[in-house]
Amino acid sequence: MLFGKDDKMYEFEFEKPSTVAEAVAALADEDAQALGGGQTLIPTLKQRLAMPSKLVSLTGIDGMKGVSGGDGMLSIGGATTHAEVAEAAADAYPALAALAGQIGDPAVRNRGTIGGSLANNDPAACYPAAALGSGATIMTNRREITADDYFRGLFETALEDGEIITAVRFPVPQKASYQKFLQPASRFALVGVFAAKYAAGVRVAVTGASEEGVFRWNEAEAALDADFTPEALDGLSVDAGSMMADLHGSKAYRAHLVGVMAKRAVAAAA
Amino acid sequence: MAKVSMTVNGKAASGDVEGRTLLSAFLREELGLTGTHVGCDTSQCGACVVHVDGQAVKACTMLALEAEGSEVATIEGQANADGSLNTIQQAFQDHHGLQCGFCTPGMVMSAAALLKDNPKPSEGEIRDYLEGNLCRCTGYHNIVKAIMAASGQDVSSIAAE
Repeated sequence: MLFGKDDKMYEFEFEKPSTVAEAVAALADEDAQALGGGQTLIPTLKQRLAMPSKLVSLTGIDGMKGVSGGDGMLSIGGATTHAEVAEAAADAYPALAALAGQIGDPAVRNRGTIGGSLANNDPAACYPAAALGSGATIMTNRREITADDYFRGLFETALEDGEIITAVRFPVPQKASYQKFLQPASRFALVGVFAAKYAAGVRVAVTGASEEGVFRWNEAEAALDADFTPEALDGLSVDAGSMMADLHGSKAYRAHLVGVMAKRAVAAAA
Repeated sequence: MAKVSMTVNGKAASGDVEGRTLLSAFLREELGLTGTHVGCDTSQCGACVVHVDGQAVKACTMLALEAEGSEVATIEGQANADGSLNTIQQAFQDHHGLQCGFCTPGMVMSAAALLKDNPKPSEGEIRDYLEGNLCRCTGYHNIVKAIMAASGQDVSSIAAE
C-alpha cells in the first residue's frame, strides 16, 4: 500500500517509549527529534522545514502527564495537553487554565502539550507568556531552569540536544490574568500579555510582540508593584522599534496593543 | 514499515504504515474510510476531525502510529445501527446545516465531541467550539442552529438565513 499523500514529509523512524529514560536513549541518535502533541511539528514536517531521522513520541510516558499541586505550587507534566490543563488547573490557577483553554481550537488542545509549546518557543505562543509571567521553573531530565534563563529568542531556548521538558512548576500568584488579542486566522496571539501579582512583586510577560520573542515588561512591573491598577500603566509604552511587523500589524500597532492588553490583564486579574 | 492496530468504529483495524503515515491517510487509504475529509492539510480547516479515545483531534495532524491501541471514531460510524441518521446528522439535514458538504464530517464529529461534554451548549459556546472547523459555503449559521436543535433546544427564535 502506498501512502502518496505522506510523501510530503521526509521519511523518519518512529518510537514511542514509555519512560523518560527510554526517551532520552532514543533521542541520543543523531538528528532524532522529540515529538509532543505534534500540532506544530507535524505541519512543519509537511512543509519539509525539518528532516529528523527519527521522531520520539513523548505522549506514551505516563509519568510526564497530569497536574498536581500543593504549597502554593502547581506542577504540570511536560506531556500534559492544553485541554487537560484547562480542566485540571481551573481551581488551583484559574488564569493559567484560562490561557490553556484559549490555545488554538478544541482539536488542537486535545493533542498539543505544554512541553511541546515551551520547547518550540514560538514568538506568538501563549504558554511562554505564562511561564515567564509566573516565574515558572522548567524541569528537564537533566536540571531545573528558571523561566528567566530559559527563553533565548525566537524559537530558541536553553534546552540542549536530547534534553526533555519533564514538567513545569508554576508558583501560584495572588491574582493573575492573560489577555490575548487573537490573530483571527491562526488563533495565535497577535499580542498577549500575562500579568501576575505575587507577594514578591508583579510580573508582566508579553508574547506575540517582540522580535526577540517573549519578554518581561520591567517598566510595567515596577509601576504595578507600586499600584496594581490599570491606571498605573498610563503613559508607559514599549519601544516600537523592537516589535515584530507583518501583514496583521505594524510595529507601532503591536507596541500600542501591548499597553492595551497589559491594562486589560491587570483589570481582569483574579 | 511498522504494524499499527486500533479499533475504528468498534471494529478491529490494522495495517502496515510508515512512521510518517498520518492517521487521515491510514483511515482513507488503508481502511477506505474516505468520509474523513482532508481539506487544507495544514491543521486549520477541521474537515478531518475524528475522535481518538473520545477526544476530537485533527486526523491530518496525528501520526497513525500515535493511535496504536486507541478507539477511533469517524463519520462512518455515526449513523444509528439501522443505518438511519443519528440525532446530529438528522439535525444537519433538517436545518440545512450543509451546502457543499465538504466540511460536514468534521463539523458533525466536532459537534458530537461538544455535546458529549456540554449537552446543552449556548449559541456562543457552539460558535466558540467550532473555531477550528471552517465552512467555505459560509454556512455557520445553520450549522450552529442544527447543533442547538440536536441538543434538544428550541431553535424557533433563531432566524432562518
